[in-house]
Amino acid sequence: MTAEIKAKLTPLDRPNTYVGRTVSRQGARKAVAGAGQYTDDISLPRMLHAAFVRSPYAHARLTKLDVNAAKTAPGVALVMTGKELAERITAPWLGTLTCFPGMKAAPQYPMVIERACWQGEPVAIVVAQSRALAEDAAELVEIEWQELPAAADKETALDRTTPVIHPDLGDNLAFEKTIGSGDVDAAFKAADIVVEETFRFGRHTAVSLESRAILADYNKPAERLILYTSSQAPHMIQTIYARMLGIPDHNVRIVAPDVGGSFGMKIHSYGDEVATAAASMALGRPVKFIADRLESFVSDIHARENLIKARLAVSRAGDIEAIEIDVLSGAGAYSQYPRTSVFEANQVLTITGGPYRHKHYRAKATVVYMNKVPTSQYRAVGHPIGNSVGESLVDMAAAACGLDPLEIRRRNVMPDDGYPAVTAGGIKVKELSHQKCLAALERRMNYAALRAEQAILRKQGIYRGIGIAAFIKGTAPGPNGYYGIGGAPISLQDACTIRLDPGGGIICAVGVTEQGQGVNTVMGQIAATTLGVPLDQVRVISGDTDATPFGGGTYASRATAIGGEAVLKAAGELRAEILSIAGALLQAPAGSLDIVDGHIVDAGTDRRRISLKEIGRIGHFQLHELPNSVQPRLSVTHRFRLLDDLYILTNGVSGATVDVDTDTGFITLRKAWVVEDCGRIVNPLLADEQVRGGFVQGLGGALYEHCIYDDAAQLVNGTLADYLTPMAGEMPDIDVAHIHTPTSVSELGAKGVGESGTASAPAVVMNAVNDALRPLGARVTEQPMTPEVVLRALGKI
Amino acid sequence: MSLADDSLEETMAVTMTVNGERVSRAVPVRQNLIDFLRTGLGLTGSHIGCEHGICGACSLRLDGAVVRGCLTLAVQADGAEVVTIEGLTASGEAADLQAAFVERNALQCGYCTPGMLMTAAELLASDATPDRDGIREFMSGNFCRCTGYQAIVDAIETVLRKRRRLA
Repeated sequence: MTAEIKAKLTPLDRPNTYVGRTVSRQGARKAVAGAGQYTDDISLPRMLHAAFVRSPYAHARLTKLDVNAAKTAPGVALVMTGKELAERITAPWLGTLTCFPGMKAAPQYPMVIERACWQGEPVAIVVAQSRALAEDAAELVEIEWQELPAAADKETALDRTTPVIHPDLGDNLAFEKTIGSGDVDAAFKAADIVVEETFRFGRHTAVSLESRAILADYNKPAERLILYTSSQAPHMIQTIYARMLGIPDHNVRIVAPDVGGSFGMKIHSYGDEVATAAASMALGRPVKFIADRLESFVSDIHARENLIKARLAVSRAGDIEAIEIDVLSGAGAYSQYPRTSVFEANQVLTITGGPYRHKHYRAKATVVYMNKVPTSQYRAVGHPIGNSVGESLVDMAAAACGLDPLEIRRRNVMPDDGYPAVTAGGIKVKELSHQKCLAALERRMNYAALRAEQAILRKQGIYRGIGIAAFIKGTAPGPNGYYGIGGAPISLQDACTIRLDPGGGIICAVGVTEQGQGVNTVMGQIAATTLGVPLDQVRVISGDTDATPFGGGTYASRATAIGGEAVLKAAGELRAEILSIAGALLQAPAGSLDIVDGHIVDAGTDRRRISLKEIGRIGHFQLHELPNSVQPRLSVTHRFRLLDDLYILTNGVSGATVDVDTDTGFITLRKAWVVEDCGRIVNPLLADEQVRGGFVQGLGGALYEHCIYDDAAQLVNGTLADYLTPMAGEMPDIDVAHIHTPTSVSELGAKGVGESGTASAPAVVMNAVNDALRPLGARVTEQPMTPEVVLRALGKI
Repeated sequence: MSLADDSLEETMAVTMTVNGERVSRAVPVRQNLIDFLRTGLGLTGSHIGCEHGICGACSLRLDGAVVRGCLTLAVQADGAEVVTIEGLTASGEAADLQAAFVERNALQCGYCTPGMLMTAAELLASDATPDRDGIREFMSGNFCRCTGYQAIVDAIETVLRKRRRLA
C-alpha cells in the first residue's frame, strides 16, 4: 500500500480493522456450553423466593384481603399487601411525558390498593423459602372481590355507558394528537383516485424466552440495594428504584447479567419487581422473583392494538398526492412508566407513508384506556403498524392505477439525491437510499421471474402472492425528541470509559447493554480497531451500574449508533494519550508513532518499538521511567448524543412470497428478502441476524400472535400453547442485503439495525397475501392474518 | 440452591446418574426434574421458559431420549441416566455442533440454546438425513425469539452434512 493511500484511510478502514468484519461472539461461546448466567441462575446466601397474588378480574374492588393464614404457612417469611407496599414508596408512578401535551394518566401504585384495573395486576407478594412454598401460601390469602364492569373494547371506551377506569381523569381518553402538512382536504377533493380501508391490529406481547427476573439484595447495615435483573437499561432502573424506594441513587446498584431476550419489554417499570425490592428491604435478605409464563402474559407490557381508518389520493398516472389516517389505539389500564402508553400511536402518525414524496398528510391519533394489561414500547414501536397501513394503501393505489407494486414505489419514493428533506409526517430525513434499495431488491428477488412464475401457478389454481414494502425506521433517538425533552429519567446519550491496565489489557466499559445482539462484541471491535490492538486484548463490560459510565442502555436500535460512537471517541483519546506517553519514552514525536496489533510502531514502516503491555507496566508501576511532566491517566470517558436530529432515520425495502390456500385460509411463507440501509456495518453477520430475527418477530405479529380478550377483558389465551409464536417449521429463509449510506452525525457512520426487520415484515407479508387474493377480489385488512381472517376475507365463513 | 427446609414438603429419596455422576438426594415429590437439576444440583445450563412443555428451553436427555424437564418429575428420574447441556459439553459429543452455532451466530440471547442443542444433537445422533425443511420440522418444538431460526437450521445442516460426509 502506498503511503498516499494509507494517509487517506481512517482508522476504521485500516487493513487490520475489525470494523466491517464478522467475528464471533464470546458470549455465544459461553451460551452454547450452558455457561451463561441469567438472573435465575444466581443464588445468594439466605435467599428467599417471591410469588404474587394477582387480580383474577379485569376490574374489581377489593372487599376483603386477609393474609394471616398465608403469613403462618410453612416456610413463609413475609406477606406484603399493596397497601403496605404503598407506605414504603415515595410516590406512585405517573406515566406522562411533557412532550405529549394534554396527555392524561392516573397515578399507578406497584400493587392493587383497593381496586384492580386489569386481570393480572399484582395484589400481594408472598415471600418464602422456595417458590413452591410461596405459591402454596399465596393460595391461602383470603380475598374477596366485587367485580365491576370493565372497559374491554377500544371502540366503546369513550362511550357514556362504558365505565371510566380512573374517575379523576373524567373519561378513558389518554391522549389525542393530530399532525399534518399541506392541504389534505383539497388534495383528496381534486384527486383522480382515492383508495381507503380500515385496518385492525391485534394486541401482542414480547414473549422473551427468559421471562422478567429480579433478585433483590438489600444490605441493611450498609443501606445498599443491589438488584440483579434482566434489564435493558440498568441506569434507568437505578434512577427509578432509588426515587421510588427513597434510597440515594448511588446506594443502588443494578446488575443485568445475561439477558434472555427483551425486545423493549424489559425497559419498563413493573410493580411486582418493585414489590420484590421492597420485600428484600423489609427482610434484609435477598428475594428472587421470576415471572412464570402465565403471569408474564398478564403482566409484561402488551403492544400494537390499533384500529386505523386510512385513505390515499393518487393521480391516474400513479403519483401519490395525499394520505390521511385516523388511529384509535387501545392502551391498558395505566400508562406504563416512564415511556408512556401513547408512543406507539405517536409513531404511527409520524412514520406512515414515510418513504414517499407526497406533500399532503393528516394523521390523528386517539389513545384510550381499557381494563387490560398496560401497553408500551415493544420492538419497532408503531412501525409495523404504520408501515402496514402505508404500504397497503400504496398497493391498493397501484392496483387502481394499473401499476406494478414495484413501479409505483419507484415512482413515488424520495429520491436518493433529494436529501435533506422533510417527510409529510414532519420528520427531517437525510442520507436515505430508497431508490438503491428498490433496485437491489428487484435484482435479488429476480422479480420479473417471480411474476412470470406466479402467472403460471395461477392457471394451476395456486395462489402465490408477491409482496413489496418500503419502510423507514427511526433509530437512535436524540435528546431533542421525546424522552429528553419530555422529562423522562431516560438517558439519550451514551458513554464509554476505556482504560489501559498494567497487563496491557483494554477495559471498555459501556452504558449500552447486551441482550445477545452482540453489543459487547461490536463495542470491542470498535475499540480494538480505534486503538490498534487485537480484539482479544479488549474486554467489554456492560450491564452493571457500579462498573460502567451512566448511559441509557439498549433501546430503539441505538447501541451501535450511539454507544459505538462513544467508544470510538473514547478509544481515540486513549490512543492519543498512549502515543504521547510512548513518545516521551522513545523520545519521538507522538505523530511519528502508530499503534498496530498491540504495539507502538513507527508510523509508515510499522517497525515495532514497544508493546502496549510495556506502556501499561510503565504507566502503572514503573512511573520513574517517565518524565515528571507526564502524569498518565490511561483512562478516558467519552459521551455521545445526537444534537438537533430527532432520530437517525434508516430505510429499506422488503419482499416476500407466500402461497395462500383458499380452502383452509392457511398462509405458507415461501421466502423473504430484506434490503436495508443501516449505514456503516461493524459486524456483517450480526447485522444480518438482527434483520432476520427481527423480521421473524414481525411475522409473528402479522400471522399468529394475538392476546385475545373476551367481553369481560379476560385474556383467554395466556399460555404458550394458546398464544402462537413463530416456530422453525413455518418460517422462511430470509435473504438479507444492505445499502451502505453512512450517517453524517457520527464518525462511525452507523445507523440502527435491530428493529428494521420487525418494522417491515408485517407490511410485506400483508401485501403478499393480498397480492395472492387480488384475483379473487378479496383483501385482508387485519393482523394477525389467521386462517379465519383469510377465509372471512374470501367470504367463505 | 434452595434453602427450603425438607421437612416442609413431602420428599422421596432418589438416586440417578447426572452427567455421569451418581447423585442421591431427597427431592420434593412434586418437584420437576428441571427444578431439581437447577436448584438441587446447581446445573443452571438448562433453562426454564414456559413450564408447560411448549418452548423446549428445558430439553434434556433422560435415558437416551430428549424430554421436557418441566414435564418430568424429579422422582421419575429415579434410577435413570440424565444428561444436560453441561454433560453434553463435557463429553465433547456436540463440540462440532456448538462450534457451528458460534460460527454461524445461531444464537443471540442464548436462552433457548441449550435446549436447541439437545434437540439438534438427537437429530444428529439418529440415522436421518433430513433436508432443510426436515431440519425445520424436527426443531419445531424449540422456541427461539431472537434468531428467526435460519441460522440455527444453517448450523445444523452444516454439521449434518459433515457428519454424514455429504459436504
